[in-house]
Amino acid sequence: MSQADRLELDSMFQLKGSMLAITVLELEHNDLKSLDTQLAAKVGQAPQFFSNTPVVVALDKLPETESDLDLDQLMTLCRRHGLHPLAIRATQRAHIAAASKLDLPVLPPSGARTRQIDPSAREQSPPVGPVHRPTRIITTPVRGGQQVYAPGGDLIVMAAVSPGAELLADGNIHVYAPLRGRALAGIKGDTGARIFCQQLAAELLSIAGQYKVAEDLRREPLWGEATQISLSGQMLNITRL
Amino acid sequence: MAKIIVVTSGKGGVGKTTTSAAIGTGLALRGHKTVIIDFDVGLRNLDLIMGCERRVVYDFVNVIHSDATLAQALIKDKRLENLYVLAASQTRDKDALTQEGVEKVITELSASFEYIICDSPAGIEKGAHLAMYFADEAIVVTNPEVSSVRDSDRMLGLLASKSRRAEQGLEPIKEHLLLTRYSPERVTNGEMLGVEDVEEILAIRLLGVIPESKSVLKASNQGIPVILDEQSDAGQAYSDAVDRLLGKEVDHRFLDVKKPGFLQRLFGGRE
Ligand SMILES: Nc1ncnc2c1ncn2[C@@H]1O[C@H](COP(=O)(O)OP(=O)(O)OP(=O)(O)O)[C@@H](O)[C@H]1O
Ligand SMILES: [Mg+2]
Repeated sequence: MSQADRLELDSMFQLKGSMLAITVLELEHNDLKSLDTQLAAKVGQAPQFFSNTPVVVALDKLPETESDLDLDQLMTLCRRHGLHPLAIRATQRAHIAAASKLDLPVLPPSGARTRQIDPSAREQSPPVGPVHRPTRIITTPVRGGQQVYAPGGDLIVMAAVSPGAELLADGNIHVYAPLRGRALAGIKGDTGARIFCQQLAAELLSIAGQYKVAEDLRREPLWGEATQISLSGQMLNITRL
Repeated sequence: MAKIIVVTSGKGGVGKTTTSAAIGTGLALRGHKTVIIDFDVGLRNLDLIMGCERRVVYDFVNVIHSDATLAQALIKDKRLENLYVLAASQTRDKDALTQEGVEKVITELSASFEYIICDSPAGIEKGAHLAMYFADEAIVVTNPEVSSVRDSDRMLGLLASKSRRAEQGLEPIKEHLLLTRYSPERVTNGEMLGVEDVEEILAIRLLGVIPESKSVLKASNQGIPVILDEQSDAGQAYSDAVDRLLGKEVDHRFLDVKKPGFLQRLFGGRE
């Protein structure tokens, strides 16, 4: 606890590492006009999601042949739809240059660091068998304002998840109780991840970035039931357990 | 060693101070030596509700800063032998409370008291954090409305993760739900959440349901903890809650809409 007379000696800040679950807007084509109309349609579906939502805009999936991107205009377009770009993800030189002109941070492409494997090390490593993914088990209620993350594996929660609580897992999420908060499975992009819950009452469900918010979920016939949620293509499927 | 009980809520104005005064007085009435500490630095309400505001000379912050001894600052209740109050200071300096200071005072009180009741300020900032940090048990005061339930839920999360017991990996704080300002009529009309709804969301043991009652305001204006008004519904409900806190099985009352009695129906309503 800081005391007035100790104030000058106390350090003013701490640097803390953290895992942020952040939405990535990944562009597949450089066509701002179509992007504008498609974003407008999405905003119509989930207006709450698009209000001051921080995003990373990914340009690394844009075909090299479509390199004439007006980054300034793209940023303006995002903001108009309620998205707040914090940084871009890019590999093309033109994109990186444009970003530095706008003072926008540039992130490496997703998974770049994990993909850089030393070829000589690979030869020595044992043959790839089934990988053991640790499971995180929570037995007490997850309350509003709390966040639980299972890195690299599954998350099992044996008690209620309150509104305002957030569950994150690289793998699957199981909730053997009412799920009233948010659950985001496969947050590193595993499209095979699933969410299981005994009572669907969630504020948000997401698998590998594809999400549904409470307004849509409430209209589901299985709202309040025991369900499993999986991803097929771009669609979240909700089925009875 | 004293049992340290925090009365907390997150949301303001739900009845924490009313509850601290009632529960503390109820414990003393049953023969347990009890002290109630006002953690609401800057506001200072507890001494008013306990009717000892004119006898406050030194306060909690004075003791922490060693401007006064505990013996000088503790105010003995006029009515009950076993009951003491440690008033909050009127200072505006929110940093007047420190974790070391609070620990020092609580440790010293622990040696001679059976129960230490900590009346938490609203919010989840420093004052509320210090009020709950050393607790063994928590009474989470909740009104039957969505925003209050949400704040209580958040506070339960903090009790489970940011308290001394959580940080040291000790047995978790024992949590009790106290539903206050309950109005069965408004529940029936759908204007308020019912007991079951709140219990289902918060999923902790129900210590009691205190009805919305004019007797609460009347008692606090007179500086008498409402639990001493044995005729009042709120006083009786607080009495039951104290019995449950001490481990007695007592049925819940005041949950249903009052049916007008025969005489009342005959001669019309009487306030
Ligand atoms: N059961 C009840 N019936 C009617 N009024 C009540 C009841 N409980 C509390 N009140 C009233 O609600 C108001 C707030 O009560 P109190 O001061 O105990 O709340 P608090 O949670 O301590 O507030 P704060 O967050 O400001 O410290 C007071 O006017 C009190 O008289
Ligand atoms: Mg108060």
